[in-house]
Amino acid sequence: MAVDYATLKKGGFMRQKQKNNFSLRLAVVGGNLTAENLQIIAKVAEKYGDGHVHLTSRQSVEIPFIKLDDVEEVKEVLATGGCKPGVCGPRVRTITACQGSAVCPSGNIDSYDIAKKLDERYFARELPHKFKFGVTGCQNNCLKAEENDVGIKGASIVEWEEAACINCGICEKTCRVDAISTVDGKIVLNEEKCNNCGRCVKACPTDAWKATPAFEVSFGGLFGNRVYKGEKYLPLVTSEEQLFRITDAAIQFFDDNANPGERFRMTLERVGLDKFEEKIKEAYNG
Amino acid sequence: MADFTIDETVDITDVVCPMTFVKAKVAMEELEIGQVLSVHMNDGEPVQNVPRSFKEEGQQVLKLIDNEDGTYDLIVKKLEE
Repeated sequence: MAVDYATLKKGGFMRQKQKNNFSLRLAVVGGNLTAENLQIIAKVAEKYGDGHVHLTSRQSVEIPFIKLDDVEEVKEVLATGGCKPGVCGPRVRTITACQGSAVCPSGNIDSYDIAKKLDERYFARELPHKFKFGVTGCQNNCLKAEENDVGIKGASIVEWEEAACINCGICEKTCRVDAISTVDGKIVLNEEKCNNCGRCVKACPTDAWKATPAFEVSFGGLFGNRVYKGEKYLPLVTSEEQLFRITDAAIQFFDDNANPGERFRMTLERVGLDKFEEKIKEAYNG
Repeated sequence: MADFTIDETVDITDVVCPMTFVKAKVAMEELEIGQVLSVHMNDGEPVQNVPRSFKEEGQQVLKLIDNEDGTYDLIVKKLEE
């Protein structure tokens, strides 16, 4: 019987150079695994693989040297520890994320929560080519948002409240883009310069800076054979509902317009950025 | 908020991140709740990060004094062990 490599690849089994051996990619969201997941992964690697696992560049786990005959059994065993195979090929890939505001003091948004919601919405959706989402919590950009077809970066829209301010000047010193100055005892924010990192909010000893969380969305990033930094075509997005309208529109644009085997960036260049901007601005405005 | 008496001072201008906050924190550990520490630090990275680190530890930052010689004194009241 001929081996259906395309189906195996779709199901996360990556053909190795060693005949009849597969590296099994697991479904992981935002780089988080439970201790239970890790235990079953270790067990499968020992029993069905060669005793090691590989951490992929996009926060997944691969268990190499799985034998073709064991594929179905391995899936069943993994399921007992809450694990399932991931995907490869022309579809929505692993949603990557940093730890975000749930864990990290710098986070402006709950990156993992957004990643889970994106995963529920799109994971493994069939498309003309691979499609990657990445979510990072702040301007430090640990998760490298702009490398992705759609990148989401947490931002803070900040506002100064005079009543609570003790004029200590810490916000002015903390700001890395010189957007804050003191004029006649009052704090002035230069909104043109502000990069919405939220450091003033985090540093203010009296909470005189208030933050509204927001999302900065970039489109068309690539970091493979061609390298291209994802670009922003929209102002900050201030609700999840608005965010998912935009991601829906972006993925649909790719689905409707891309040629098979063509990455999002190339589709945008071929079809025209003006057409794409029109679509996502429509989604932005609701 | 304006009135405070400094109980202890520490100079962190001789160390770099991450030792800046470590040294300041060790000095704070010697103080009793309610006492005030003055932390002498350099411009740049220390003044960008040390005030925030104290806030995250639950201490009360009272004031940042610009000595206008490239150093600052951060006045912090101990609220938590």
